[in-house]
Amino acid sequence: MSLITEITIFVLAAFVGFEVISKVPATLHTPLMSQTNAIHGIVMLGGLIVIGYADDGLEYVIGTIAIVFGTINIVGGFMVTDRMLGMFSKKPKPKAEADGKGGT
Amino acid sequence: MVEAVLKPGGDAATALYIVAFSLFIIGIKQGTHPTTAKRGNLIAAVGMAIAVVTTLLLDGIGNWGLIVAGLAIGSAVGVVASIRVQMTSMPQMVALYNGVGGGAVALIAWSEIRHGIALGEEIPLDTLIPILFSAVVGSVSFWGSNIAFAKLQDLIPTRPLAVPGQQVVNALLLIGIVVACVILATDNSSPSQGLFIAVLVAAALLGNLVVLPIGGADMPVVISLLNAFTGLAAAAAGFALDNVALIVAGTLVGSSGTILTLEMATAMNRSVANILFAGFGGAPAGGGAADGEERPHTAIGAQDAAIKLAYADTVTIVPGYGLAVAQAQHAIKEVADELEKRGVTVNYAIHPVAGRMPGHMNVLLAEADVPYEQLKEMEEINPEMPRTDVAVVVGANDVTNPAAKNDPDSPIAGMPIIEVSEAQQVIVIKRSLSPGFAGIDNDLFYEPNTSMLFADAKAAAGEIAAEIQNL
Repeated sequence: MSLITEITIFVLAAFVGFEVISKVPATLHTPLMSQTNAIHGIVMLGGLIVIGYADDGLEYVIGTIAIVFGTINIVGGFMVTDRMLGMFSKKPKPKAEADGKGGT
Repeated sequence: MVEAVLKPGGDAATALYIVAFSLFIIGIKQGTHPTTAKRGNLIAAVGMAIAVVTTLLLDGIGNWGLIVAGLAIGSAVGVVASIRVQMTSMPQMVALYNGVGGGAVALIAWSEIRHGIALGEEIPLDTLIPILFSAVVGSVSFWGSNIAFAKLQDLIPTRPLAVPGQQVVNALLLIGIVVACVILATDNSSPSQGLFIAVLVAAALLGNLVVLPIGGADMPVVISLLNAFTGLAAAAAGFALDNVALIVAGTLVGSSGTILTLEMATAMNRSVANILFAGFGGAPAGGGAADGEERPHTAIGAQDAAIKLAYADTVTIVPGYGLAVAQAQHAIKEVADELEKRGVTVNYAIHPVAGRMPGHMNVLLAEADVPYEQLKEMEEINPEMPRTDVAVVVGANDVTNPAAKNDPDSPIAGMPIIEVSEAQQVIVIKRSLSPGFAGIDNDLFYEPNTSMLFADAKAAAGEIAAEIQNL
């Protein structure tokens, strides 16, 4: 892929990222940050690629740690986001309205 | 073990990557809406699975034993950590995940440059420059995130740690890194691995030094910013590896993370530059309190609090991180239930950054089955405050500090607050008068209409609920 093609993709993806995120309710900021955090775990693919041409002990170690780190990022990221969002999907049953005014 | 079937950069692999990043985009899009967020996360996860499987099928993938071991260990750690983590610890968990992502980028960059040096040929600049970029940013992100984690986990003091000449040291480090990178890039036929490692170390130092002086209250913004950084570093790794999935996914995270960061900073009325370079001022005591002197305040017990609440018409609960720490959300819900039985109107006022991240408090209260419609945002509840009989502040501090409004010299001046001091009466449930996350004194505690209930939030809420029942 030529550099200019890659830059084209980069710029377009940057605009997609800006557009897609606008107008997020504050409630979803943390889960959304967590989800995008999981998505950059995609660097793990880089670990898979570089370990393919690792050829000494240090590179094996570096590559393996990179894969471990990247996998933690992906698996942990998506799971933790799912747990957070699970809190919202549990629909609380509508509470019975308080009957009139009590107290004083 | 598995027959390699796809050519790197070939049509089939690229087509599968396109499917994967399309799913990321859809996933993020759906993640911005409450009803679709959970599905969006699943969609993005499916995209990730497609991207990983595609890569495993690429020609040239080898060392399967290490790959399987890495995937297995990483998955095990990720699964166990995600299941075990308390809802209250989510922010630092995200920081940690972001950190390992940054660490992975830096390590991949290191491996790449070693590979380039070993080949003995000139490393093209459109490969070398992205490698250097991802190494520096990945390393900064890894160490910065670890510091953020340690601060939120109270492993190191959350107060801003000021080091004299901090900005100068940071600037010198940054200049040194840039110079070293230029030297590495100009010598692209045989770049020095020693110098590269020095760059990694300098970037690590920079990551530590930039985040250490930042107060705990600003940490969510820092984590979000580092999240965006890691995304950009991943995109750079994509340039170096000619991998379109990395470029698109990394860039998406970089740009969407930037927007999120700006939104969070806006919610706190702080600029990102201000957070990074100013920290909260060194003086721990704001609001004109003399150090060490105890200011007059009113302390009450659970019974008094119960009476005040039971005979009110409207009660607004202002939850903060202390509620989360004490796991008091269920006990507070009990108090609210008792009050509602007596016909008291109960609302919850949620500051945009209540807890330690935007939206954190909503998650915790949803866990306690608090009806969604009782959760009021700050803009919605503040005009109601003067008509509120009793505001109950549970474990919240800085977000209720009237100094943000009244004292232009306060370090948190201008930060939007829940204006509880406008309510007829205020009950603050807190363990002591100690300052909050921002490290400054809270004027609210000393106002004449404020009563302090010194107790653990959960225990206090339990007692109050019992007392209300007995009335």
